[in-house]
Parts: sequence; structure tokens; C-alpha cells
Amino acid sequence: MRAAGLFFFLIATILPLQVNASVAGEKSGQFDATEMIMHHIADAHEFHIVTYTKASGEEVHISMPLPVIIWHSGRFHAFMSSRFHGGKNLVPVEGAYLKLYHGKIYLTNVEGTIHYNEKGEVANAKPLNFSITKNVASMFLGSFLIFLIFGTAAKRYSKRGGLAVPKGIQLLVEPIILFVRDDIAREQIDARKADLFMPYLLTLFFFIWINNLIGLIPFFPGGANLSGNISFTLTLAVMSFFAINIFGSKHYWKEVLIAPGIPFFVKIFLVPVEIIGLITKPFALMLRLFANITAGHIIILSLTSMIFIMQSVYAAPMTILLSLIMYSLEFLVAILQAYIFTLLTSLFIGMAVNEHH
Amino acid sequence: MEGLNLTPFGLGLIVFSAAYGISRIAQAAMEAMARQPEISSKIQTAMIVVAALIEGATLFAIVVAWLG
Repeated sequence: MRAAGLFFFLIATILPLQVNASVAGEKSGQFDATEMIMHHIADAHEFHIVTYTKASGEEVHISMPLPVIIWHSGRFHAFMSSRFHGGKNLVPVEGAYLKLYHGKIYLTNVEGTIHYNEKGEVANAKPLNFSITKNVASMFLGSFLIFLIFGTAAKRYSKRGGLAVPKGIQLLVEPIILFVRDDIAREQIDARKADLFMPYLLTLFFFIWINNLIGLIPFFPGGANLSGNISFTLTLAVMSFFAINIFGSKHYWKEVLIAPGIPFFVKIFLVPVEIIGLITKPFALMLRLFANITAGHIIILSLTSMIFIMQSVYAAPMTILLSLIMYSLEFLVAILQAYIFTLLTSLFIGMAVNEHH
Repeated sequence: MEGLNLTPFGLGLIVFSAAYGISRIAQAAMEAMARQPEISSKIQTAMIVVAALIEGATLFAIVVAWLG
């Protein structure tokens, strides 16, 4: 029964494919590595699967369209991104037209004119965009996997009791959960309070790890640069900020705001620094995850681009070898970044909630 | 000198310094682990935390170098 449900879920995700054709015109022959890499790193309104060139020189893009949800003039407009036909068609909304231009949606006139300011940036107004983009779709996939893995494990535990010998999927998750609890949370946070933060820390660890791994899959359902998206890491960092500061003890706030036992003229400098420090801790968490994952994606794609830049098949063995090494490193980085994010969050929580003697 | 982009040079300097700092931590941690293998897991955690803090400062510098 469950296998059948999974099968239909997969079919439902894969079925609505969209085929776009474009003539490989002025760009043909010239491979632009920077543009390819930046296109991959950025978010998109459709999930690109494959592009191939027909014998007639026509490029065919196969991608999965994703829902576009736009808030414009007081109401939501929802439609599939296939209505844009890869940017060629405009979608009318009240009093304006929506145009997909380089992966972003702008408001334009009926001709779809894009204005530029003196810096060369697009000056068109952007509507409020709540779309299910490629990154959001990838996040849904990650959440679905987490739900599947841990839902099954949790059902096993409630059926067989927490002290029974673990079996099946329990064997996979139990050591990792115990590692997060004993080696991350209870090491940093007072043992009495550590269990209060376990749901958050476990979610953080597995959510980052599984989404990092999905981002490393080089073909269709994976490959989105989700944990290398600054909005994603910003959200996690803001949640960590609240987790750290909401449960902060009286002693912690006194240290931050009053800094007892320090001469007055030092206090004038120290207290603002401490207050800025509240922000910089999550800020560093945000940047660390973002920079590490994005850099990993860029390096792997750059290595792949080497074949096309050198235009020689003899570059391939070296590229494959280097990519293999980088991929192994990225697998390590995927879990290391999840570990560091969780470890530092619990360290900061520990600094805030622990009783000092 | 006009139009000379010094950002790559600055980025190289940042990464060089960070690599030096992290290698010093790793060296000290390895030596400590060799002396006292029984607390190596604690040393490892502390090593990673300090390395992550240096990495944080590095990332700040990289972002500033990019934006500036």
C-alpha cells in the first residue's frame, strides 16, 4: 500500500513535463562557464531536467514547471510557470503583465519591455512573489524524505517500545540521534535543560544534512542549490537566534546588557559590542553554511566546465578524477556543516541558559 | 592603477591567513591528542569550534571584500 502511494507520488511529480524549444543562435559554439554556473546557483521557476540539441540545431529544454504564486493588486494569482514558455510569453494580471526574465518575475507593459537603470540592473517593479520555486520544491522533497524516514522510525519505537533492540530503519537513525544528543547537546547545554532543545537541534541537523545531500545529487530531483541559498540559511539562523535568546537566563542578559564588574569607561564600548555580538553569532552561522555549500557547487561545476573550456576530450580523465575527489569532500562537508551548525547553535544556547557558579 | 581590481588579491590574502590560523589549531590539537589520546574527542570538538570561529571571521572578510 505504501509502495503504491510512493509510486503515485513519484509519477505525479514527474508527469507534468514541459518541453521548450529554442534555436541555438548567437550563443552556439561559445560556452560561457560563468553564466552556466550562476544559472545553476540561482533559484528558478522551473525545474530543469535536460537540454539537448537536435540535428537541425534546435535546442530542446525539458523541465518540470512549478507553480507561480504572485500577490498583485490585492489578490493572489496562481498558475504554472509553463505559461511563460521559458520567458517568451507574458501573463496578464490586472493592469499589467508578468514577464519571466533571467529567472525572476517582473511587471511590464504589453510589449514586455525591460527597463535598465544606469548600473545596468533591471528597473522594472517586482510583484510580491510567493512561488514554489526550484529551491522550495527541493525543500519539500527533503521534508518529505525526513517525514518518511523518521515517521517510520517513530512508528517502530511506539510499537516496539523504546528499549527493544532496534531493527530496520531504527538502526540507521538511532546512532545519529544519540550522537546529536550525547555529543552535541548534552556536552554544551546543562543536562537538565538539554532535552528541551533536542527537537530543534535534531531537526536542524537532519534538515541541513538531508538538504545538503539532495543538493549533491547531480540529476533531476536533486541538484537545487537549496542550502547554498542565503534566504534558506537566513531563516535557519533567525530561528537559532530566537532559540538562543528566548531561553537566555537572567545571568546571561545581565552579562550582555550591564556587564557587571567592569569599569564604566570600558562598559561604554563593551555593551554595544556585546549587543552587536548577539546578531553576529547567527550572522556567522548563516554565512558559513551559505558560503560552504555554494562554494562546493561552484567548484564541482567549474571542474566539469574544464572539458568544455579546453574543448578537448583529454581533459576529461583529469576532470573526472578531480570531480570525484571534490564530490567525496562535499559529502564530508554536507555532514560537517550540519554538525557545525548544530554544534554552534547548542554552544550558544549553552552559553545563554547554563547556570554559572 | 585605475581599473585594477584588487579583490582577488585580498581574497587570496584572507584565505591564506585563515588557512594559517586553522593549521595552527590543527597542529596544536594533534599534538595534544598525541599526548593525551583519552580526551581526544573533547579536543576534537574544541578544535572544530575554534576552527569554525576563524572560518566565521574569514567569511565576514570575504563578504566585505566582495561588496566593497
